[in-house]
Amino acid sequence: MASGDLAGLYQQVILDHSREKHGFGLAEQADASSHQLNPTCGDEITLQLHVAGGVVSSVTWEGAGCSISMASASLLHDLAPGLTLAEARERIALFRELMHSRGAGIDDEDELLGDAIVLEGVSKYVARVKCAMLAWVALEADLAQVDPR
Amino acid sequence: MPHPNATELGTALTDDEVLVLRRDFPALQQQVNGRDLVYLDSGATSQKPASVLDAERAFYEHDNSAVHRGAHTLAANATELFENARATVARFVGVRENEIVWTSNATEGINLLAYGMSNASLGRGGSDAARFVLREGDEIVTTEGEHHANLVPWQELAARTGATLRHIPVNDDGTLRMDDAERLIGPQTKLVAFTHISNVTGVINPVEDLVRMAHDVGALVVLDACQSAPHRVLDLTTLDVDFAVFSGHKMLAPTGIGVLYGRAELLDALPPFLTGGSMITTVTLEASGYLPAPQRFEAGTQKVSQAIALAAAVDYLTAVGVDRIEAWETELGARLVDGFSAIPGVRVLGPAAGEHRAGLASVDVDGVHAHDVGQFLDDRGIAVRVGHHCAQPLHRRFGVTASTRASAYLYNTTAEIDAVIDGMGAVRSFFGVK
Repeated sequence: MASGDLAGLYQQVILDHSREKHGFGLAEQADASSHQLNPTCGDEITLQLHVAGGVVSSVTWEGAGCSISMASASLLHDLAPGLTLAEARERIALFRELMHSRGAGIDDEDELLGDAIVLEGVSKYVARVKCAMLAWVALEADLAQVDPR
Repeated sequence: MPHPNATELGTALTDDEVLVLRRDFPALQQQVNGRDLVYLDSGATSQKPASVLDAERAFYEHDNSAVHRGAHTLAANATELFENARATVARFVGVRENEIVWTSNATEGINLLAYGMSNASLGRGGSDAARFVLREGDEIVTTEGEHHANLVPWQELAARTGATLRHIPVNDDGTLRMDDAERLIGPQTKLVAFTHISNVTGVINPVEDLVRMAHDVGALVVLDACQSAPHRVLDLTTLDVDFAVFSGHKMLAPTGIGVLYGRAELLDALPPFLTGGSMITTVTLEASGYLPAPQRFEAGTQKVSQAIALAAAVDYLTAVGVDRIEAWETELGARLVDGFSAIPGVRVLGPAAGEHRAGLASVDVDGVHAHDVGQFLDDRGIAVRVGHHCAQPLHRRFGVTASTRASAYLYNTTAEIDAVIDGMGAVRSFFGVK
């Protein structure tokens, strides 16, 4: 029998995403691509950004890692299309704030993260925050390539 | 389930005895996530008995002072305790006390050697240090199964000196390919470095055979004893290795103390790595002379309380009986491998059940990443290691990036082994893997 905390960490939607991996598979061309590695556990991801008219058209990726890192990339794939580059940056910042909230969550703007809010439970497990952040850090690097600041 | 070798090793501890000695370990008396802690991560670091904690505290309460200097009583007491600790540890591994160099950990010990050889290659140490000189055409041989600590420093040494690094490959079960070892170790080989026991597979390497091959061609042998010194009867003189390293924190002692063993004549000829106070004879503004080993390698203020605590740890292990600990862990390891092997979708990395191996097992769970396995077990109060265990090349050899390792020590019971087997058996259904 798993504890309530563990069930909160591994919600069914997370386990589903970790298997379904929305957006898995790299395109031949992309506007930006970034490879990220978590050397402590070997989780890795290559994440491509596709932009059309100043707006994210899609995010594609390939990688291997734990269920949290895979689900997070899948959820990011669902969230990103239609965001302006500035909005994408804001969502990454918001997601990072959520991950560093130590289980407290974020108050107002959580609907901005779409289904990715289900990863809130990860913030109770400090050792797993990097797993959830991996894809988002990759997108952040992609954004810096297409829109350097 | 007595292991066939149990009679040769001595009588294994019993669960009843372990339940009594566990009371000596304060950290084991706690609950994690509402369950009694099952600590199966001793391969990473061990828990400490009260006698070790008390020894460190007593030093600071009564004897704290600088060693090897000062004429006052406390300084003399501290020096005596520090040197007695060296003698205790030397006896524990069957060597002389001037052959024991204190380091921070095994990693520092290997780096000390690598930089000492590097310095010899730059001409330091003169003709006495000639056998440590590496140059283009020389070879260092290590294995595919090493902890990064016994690989990266040799990569760096090879890069600094122009020597070539070679690797003895492993078989599918993690044992060394000894025919390849015969082929790789030759007249060009100057150093052979390998682990006694793999921290991933529990494979016990054939030290005697490798030492013979190395010495036949005049190469030096470095043994990584991190996973053997805490768990098995170890006599480095009989094994005839030239150098060996191990870490205190894996054998009931605090962090910050480790050991480099070297044969006396080699240590006295090896140029120092860290230089400064406490390791010199005469110092002028231009140049300095160095003390013989071990002091020539112990520059600066030493790890005094940690060394004394390591001696207390060795006393504890000796009182329990290392042969009995070895026999007990052999039983626990066999139970662990038997149990894991019987779970569908769980692959044990390393030798199969019934094979000669140490008291640990790493597994790959089909469809579930090691981090998720570890998280699931933690929820049951079970502490295991997940990741590559600082052995990426070996994991790559097995076709995985990470694994989950359960590693036992003298304080683990059969009920704890059964708890982790039971937990492992529930992992795939929790994560919905068919």
